[in-house]
Amino acid sequence: MKKGHIIGIGIIAIAIVIIMTSIGDASSYETFNTALEMKQDGNDKAIHVVGQLKKNPSGEVEGLQVRDDKTSFTFILVDNDGTEQEVFYNEPVPADFTRSESVVVIGSYKNDEIFIADKILMKCPSKYQETEVQAAGM
Amino acid sequence: MINTFIGNLGHLMTIVAFVSSLVTAFAYYKYFSANEIEKASWQKFSRISFYVHAVASVLVAFSLFEIIYNHRFEYFYAYSHSSKALPVHYMISSFWEGQEGAFILWIFWNVVLGLFLIHTNKKWEAPVMIVFSLVQAFLVSMILGVVIGDLKLGSSPFILLRDATQAPIFEVNPDFIPEDGTGLNPLLQNIWMVIHPPTLFLGYASTLVPFAFLIGGLVTKRYSEWIRPALPWAIFSAMVLGMGIIMGAYWAYVTLNFGGYWNWDPVENAVYVPWLILVASIHTMITFKKSATALKTSIVLVILSFILVLYATFLVRSGVLGDASVHSFTDLGLSGQLLIYLLFFLFISVFLAIRAWKHIPTSEKEASVYSREFWVFIGATTLGLMGFQVILPTSIPAWNALVESFGGISNMAPPADQVEFYTKFQLWFGVAIALLTAVGQFFWWQKMDKKALKDALLTPYIISVVIAALVIVLAKVYDWKYMIIVVAGTFTVVANAVILSRILKNSTFKLAGGSLAHIGLGMILIGIMFSSGYSDTISINMSGLTYSNSWEDELNKEHVLLWINKPTQMKDYTVIYRGRQKKVVGIPEYVPAKILESTGNVNEAIALEDYKDFIKKGDKVNLVLEENDYFKIDYYQNEVLKFSLSPMSQFNQNMGGLISSPDSKIYFDRDLYTYVAAMNDYEDPEWKDDQFHEVSPGEQFHIADYVTYFDGAEVLNQIEGYTLQEGDVAVKAKLRVLDYDVEKKLEPTFIIRNNQVGKLPVVDNELGIKVTLDNILPEQNKFVFKVNQYQKDYVVMKAIVKPYINVLWIGSIIMLIGFTVAIFRRFDEFKKMRDKGME
Repeated sequence: MKKGHIIGIGIIAIAIVIIMTSIGDASSYETFNTALEMKQDGNDKAIHVVGQLKKNPSGEVEGLQVRDDKTSFTFILVDNDGTEQEVFYNEPVPADFTRSESVVVIGSYKNDEIFIADKILMKCPSKYQETEVQAAGM
Repeated sequence: MINTFIGNLGHLMTIVAFVSSLVTAFAYYKYFSANEIEKASWQKFSRISFYVHAVASVLVAFSLFEIIYNHRFEYFYAYSHSSKALPVHYMISSFWEGQEGAFILWIFWNVVLGLFLIHTNKKWEAPVMIVFSLVQAFLVSMILGVVIGDLKLGSSPFILLRDATQAPIFEVNPDFIPEDGTGLNPLLQNIWMVIHPPTLFLGYASTLVPFAFLIGGLVTKRYSEWIRPALPWAIFSAMVLGMGIIMGAYWAYVTLNFGGYWNWDPVENAVYVPWLILVASIHTMITFKKSATALKTSIVLVILSFILVLYATFLVRSGVLGDASVHSFTDLGLSGQLLIYLLFFLFISVFLAIRAWKHIPTSEKEASVYSREFWVFIGATTLGLMGFQVILPTSIPAWNALVESFGGISNMAPPADQVEFYTKFQLWFGVAIALLTAVGQFFWWQKMDKKALKDALLTPYIISVVIAALVIVLAKVYDWKYMIIVVAGTFTVVANAVILSRILKNSTFKLAGGSLAHIGLGMILIGIMFSSGYSDTISINMSGLTYSNSWEDELNKEHVLLWINKPTQMKDYTVIYRGRQKKVVGIPEYVPAKILESTGNVNEAIALEDYKDFIKKGDKVNLVLEENDYFKIDYYQNEVLKFSLSPMSQFNQNMGGLISSPDSKIYFDRDLYTYVAAMNDYEDPEWKDDQFHEVSPGEQFHIADYVTYFDGAEVLNQIEGYTLQEGDVAVKAKLRVLDYDVEKKLEPTFIIRNNQVGKLPVVDNELGIKVTLDNILPEQNKFVFKVNQYQKDYVVMKAIVKPYINVLWIGSIIMLIGFTVAIFRRFDEFKKMRDKGME
């Protein structure tokens, strides 16, 4: 066998390892129901859940509880299927948290009651809104 | 009055730039294919056409800047990207905050590069400029803003606000101009953001140059000659792009609060990968110049680096990343256009390369293990695999979009822990690259066989093992992975330093580019290992609280809650939060926010007290961005104040709330990096129920939890901001409130006029109390104080020690110097050949 072939096989082998781990380590978008099923099946992998904060009819966020030392908090997220779930986040409340339109939590169930978010991504209302232009003019 | 002239000028110039770029492409094509007699006149015409394009492009940029500079908020771009309070240098950032501005910047750099190429090339001018003009046509089309039927071509930065939004105000008054813009994203209000985007875009733009030479070479069948003129530009591009990346990393480190300089965010990955491929292409091109091998690899890599830049642009700016990135770029509807741009050049270059493939000279003989070609090839391959490992997961959102566009469902998401995921590969690739550069350099400069290699490597190997052992012991590197990195990094530095000293002794500094860049690489590797691998969060688990559930006690709390004035232990330091400060124009230090009161004008305040020698009471001062708060945190060791840090936060309604920036104490061997993650909001406090205290002068009592002395009362003849009339009685109570080592004087006032009572309460935001002198009971000699409580001021802070981060920055600078030396050398080679009439 020529050296070139060995190198070629080596490159292909590394490339396959890269592809396999990329697929294997890739996370997925789930709902709370499917995430809980995964947890009960013994799969602790961190997954993404997209949802909105629970709000009362007048539009205020409900169920936000900040711990006494203000370094962590829990909140209630309603996923796209409408399932409500208490989520714990081990960071201070991001300042624009309650204003966010949708929230992506990345993490997994700790037990059947609580979902632990390792990371939160927030989508905030678009900068350019009609009301804001008007407000700027007032 | 709405000024439509400047917008129309900008728009017109955009169209001129677009048309002239197409004309230039056509003219250069005619020049290229014309016979000798007509060539001169076509050349003249082509150049004039490109000059027209250049002038138009510059005027486009000028128009947009004029709109921002003169606060023309009738234009959507100025309204949404700037505001009156912005200083001029941040207006420059406003220019490229929007995507349209970024495209203009890109166009501008291509114009500069194009002009330079026209005047430094002879034979290459026509083919290279055809590629340039076509690229320009695509880029200008992004800002064209022309709608043909349902087809929207580009997004113009020159549209008026009333056309961009359907705000009801414009139905009432079409000539309405907003008072102020919504401002620049505060994260971009940083000096690095003024220079980082132009650098990055020059890097982006310059990848076009080697690509254009390559296309020219393939078309004119000069399959190998294109390397010489392309090489200095490829190195230039890698240098500038690398500088842009480092600046971005540094900006993230000093401005963003994710705790570091690199986060493996898709936007970062999208520049990192083209850079890796570009670096790989430089190495194969240099190899080709030396020994006529690796030409095909060079061609593939140059095409790849150019296409990857377009792909990066597509990923970042098409909105396809969506939730996956913290950098939110809104979709301007350009994704289709970007995709066509990418596919056009991908198709052309692949077609030309395939057509030429069998004519491209290759060397038949297999490269020996003791040849430099072999090692450079392995190095280039490793770089390629490194890039592949990053671009693959980064493309997951694009993959989802692709599956969904064919009606499928894909719920793949990027890896949950990106840092861990990428690090576990990139770390070992980094080690491999470090070792390859060390060994490769020896192969490069001398002929090698088994024995020569052993002789050459033995000394550097021993030296680096000794140094590495010292580093490992002294810096306590006990993780075997990190030990390997230290050894690999030192080996690179030592081996290349040996080569460098040999070059300097035997030859000129001009040849030192490679070894310098590689020394930088070794230092970068070591710096990254220390600053990231041994980064130590010292604000951890400070609260001592226990929770109702056991799992929560197991989690590390990485933040510390600091109440104002209350000393808190944090590893080796005792830290005390001392309150908010503002930055005032012309004063070298921060000024406490409590002595400043806004006048209502933008960035203007009035001083309520003297402050050192800088401010007298009643002075009007100008603030540097009034919405910025700097939180003063004092650090004590053994009761001695060592230093203060002032991490910043900005509350910006328009930009979606709070933005916070770190502050670091920089030592030679480490940084103490801190930022504020949450703070008290005392703008609109919810006061708790009234509490009443009846106190005699001289007595001590408690307001909230604070020990308070009532030192007595005083009848006033005059009150600030209040005109006393004949017969009025005004009484001021003097209170001293103690909070740790701070003593505060609070003086609520009580006024009687015509049997009516007026009360002037005092509010202390830092202590979160409001004290009112509610009544005076003369017969009992008692004063009644009404106290309302809110919340004491606090910040929640994170503090991280990052050891040896300076090694990373210094290594980066050395690497950039290495690149620069190489640019000059390669450009000299090109110039010599050109002046001999060869190019």
